[in-house]
Amino acid sequence: MTDTSGPLLAADGTPLKKRLAQAMFRSRARAFGLAFPLIAFIIVVFILPIIFLLWQGIYDARYSRLMPTSTAAMADWDAVSPPTEEMAAAMVADLVKARENKTIGQVATRVNRELSGTRSLFTKSARSAKKMEAPYMEALIKKDKDWADIEVWKAIKIASVKYNPGYVASALDLKYNADGSFERQDEDRRIHLMLFWRTIEISFLVTVFCLILGYPVAFLLSTLPTKTSNLLLILVLLPFWTSLLVRTTAWIAMLQAQGVMNDLFVVFGLATDEDRFSLIYNKTGTLIAMTHILLPFMILPLYSVMKTIPPSYTRAAKSMGATNWTAFWRVYFPQSVPGIGAGALLCFILAIGYYITPALVGGQDGQMISNIIDFHMRKSLNWNLAAALGLVLLVFVLFLFWIYDRVVGIDNMKLG
Amino acid sequence: MKLSKVLMATTALAFSAGAALASESITVVSWGGAYTKSQVEAYHKPWMAKTGNQVVSEDYNGGLAEIKAQVEAGTVTWDLVDVELSDAIRGCDEGLLEEIDHSILPAAPDGTPASEDFIEGALSDCAVANIVWSTVFAYDSSKTPGVDSIDDLFDLEAFPGKRGLRKNPKSLLEMALMADGVPASDVYATLETDEGVDRAFAKLDTIKDSVVWWEAGAQPPQLLADGEVVMTTAYNGRIFNAAAGEGKPFEVVWDGQIMDFDLWVMPKGAPNKEAALDFLAYSTDTQRLADQASWISYGPARKSSGPLVGLYNDGKTEMGPHMPTAEANLANALVNNFEFWADNQDELNERFNAWLAK
Repeated sequence: MTDTSGPLLAADGTPLKKRLAQAMFRSRARAFGLAFPLIAFIIVVFILPIIFLLWQGIYDARYSRLMPTSTAAMADWDAVSPPTEEMAAAMVADLVKARENKTIGQVATRVNRELSGTRSLFTKSARSAKKMEAPYMEALIKKDKDWADIEVWKAIKIASVKYNPGYVASALDLKYNADGSFERQDEDRRIHLMLFWRTIEISFLVTVFCLILGYPVAFLLSTLPTKTSNLLLILVLLPFWTSLLVRTTAWIAMLQAQGVMNDLFVVFGLATDEDRFSLIYNKTGTLIAMTHILLPFMILPLYSVMKTIPPSYTRAAKSMGATNWTAFWRVYFPQSVPGIGAGALLCFILAIGYYITPALVGGQDGQMISNIIDFHMRKSLNWNLAAALGLVLLVFVLFLFWIYDRVVGIDNMKLG
Repeated sequence: MKLSKVLMATTALAFSAGAALASESITVVSWGGAYTKSQVEAYHKPWMAKTGNQVVSEDYNGGLAEIKAQVEAGTVTWDLVDVELSDAIRGCDEGLLEEIDHSILPAAPDGTPASEDFIEGALSDCAVANIVWSTVFAYDSSKTPGVDSIDDLFDLEAFPGKRGLRKNPKSLLEMALMADGVPASDVYATLETDEGVDRAFAKLDTIKDSVVWWEAGAQPPQLLADGEVVMTTAYNGRIFNAAAGEGKPFEVVWDGQIMDFDLWVMPKGAPNKEAALDFLAYSTDTQRLADQASWISYGPARKSSGPLVGLYNDGKTEMGPHMPTAEANLANALVNNFEFWADNQDELNERFNAWLAK
């Protein structure tokens, strides 16, 4: 008889548990090995670049790298007492070096972001820095009286901070001061919070419109015989096969003052020829075009969920005396909620990052936060601020995702 | 459009590669439309015929972003880029551009060295100007006759209807101040002050609700032609081409025009530096600049080119009066102050964006 109290053994005498673990490990390693190329691909071309770019939103070593002496000299300055001779001497030394290395332009551009006009102050002073002699503060002021202005030194102090909260602060319409405090941005320069708010508002409205328009369509698709519904489904998918730009430009032709819609309105007497509706280059244009473009993202998840709801349930409800409305509202609708959740989340998150459509049809009050990010990437070249804005947006979307998970539950979502 | 051009160019290259292995290909980037066409006709074609090299022409919408992205990523594909003055200065400051040795530029036919032949401000460390252009405003004379001064652009009572404006504070703030009665000579001094900026924005407020904003230079003639706007700011050459080339009833108002340079710059690390420099020197010689003016109404950046400017390519329109630099057009003209914009564009852009979004 075998001893039953000992561990179970495999054919070759090793404990079965160990063999099992080995086999499991091997199959897991194989699975991971198959998925590895994709994981590596995503990390290298997607996650790392995002992290590097977002990093710029809080890290800016341009000044401290190019002007090390003056950065060190400014480190302990309280930004209240007058700038010291030591700071001036360090500044002159760095200016000389920056001019030799031809990096003065970069330094000047950086400080100019904090205080307009310092660009020419830096380039001008650097030209004659070599000839300056002690006392340096007087020499600098003699070259340009702006050096006597403490605001200039405060701007330099801010620029010299390597881990700089200034960009994120600016993304939230706050101003980062040289003494480390924050205050609200001037009234006429506040823009980001308003745009974040408008982005949420537009995304929300677009999602609601998509739901209102998409729900009946998805319902129809799911109840029709397969032959007809396939045909209609192709119509829903058709826009997917057309370029986003083409669809947006088509809306311009449709909605502009001399466009198709307005011509029709005039023909039917809804508008006069002189006083046509402004349907584009404003928020209305953004809403119409985005709703159209995002509609399939609402219809498809709804359709796939509705397809799985057996029609016998509503029939059963009706046979037990429910009205059409009750049968729909109490029996059918609750079963379609996972589709609504998926479609709404998809539409909303896509809408929040929308860029090209508002840029083309948004005019001035239909612009979203992504358009400002684009502005700072392409026009002002302030990539740090663009990164900070992106960071705020990302945190916000993750926050929404978290709320969604708490309220609806992420596992309660069906994409198909 | 752009892609098809590139495709065509690369296909052409692939075919010609076997035949002419020695020839080089450079990528020259400009603003597209009628302007790029004028450069292709006046610079690219004769240079390709002379050297056997190829020029691949690409379009862009201005700004330094693409150059910055290419230089920082270390994959520069552009050899020469046509930029505005403030971008040339800023790109040079930020170390994105190659310095250009002005001694490679050919002298004028009468022997005047290039450094004296180019008009003042046309040569800088990293850039060589090819044209003088101007931001003006234009109107459709068949619909809105009688427009003649910069005030009319802001006068909604006398001339009701939408206005097309470039979505950029540059030139716009200056025009607003001039329309508000600030003489051209005082515009930048006024803009230096906070009150001056407030005044410019207050003036813009008066027409804000009637504005259609444009960004690409090809848009304003289109907006006018579609009847979307009754007046629009525009680059003078685009309006000229729509009027002279396509027979549109568009008129340029020279009152309050703002002159600027377009310049060649070379991104740092450009792949075909030598061929590109050769192209640069060739394209900015006296004859080439004069030739370009027969395709579009931008003024040549060399003094010696002026007398050579003749007729538009339709063979009948005299180009002289359509140049920003023509005597009659200078009565109330402003030269873009690039130092001012290099210093203040961050702040004014920020304020402009906030104003726009409100």
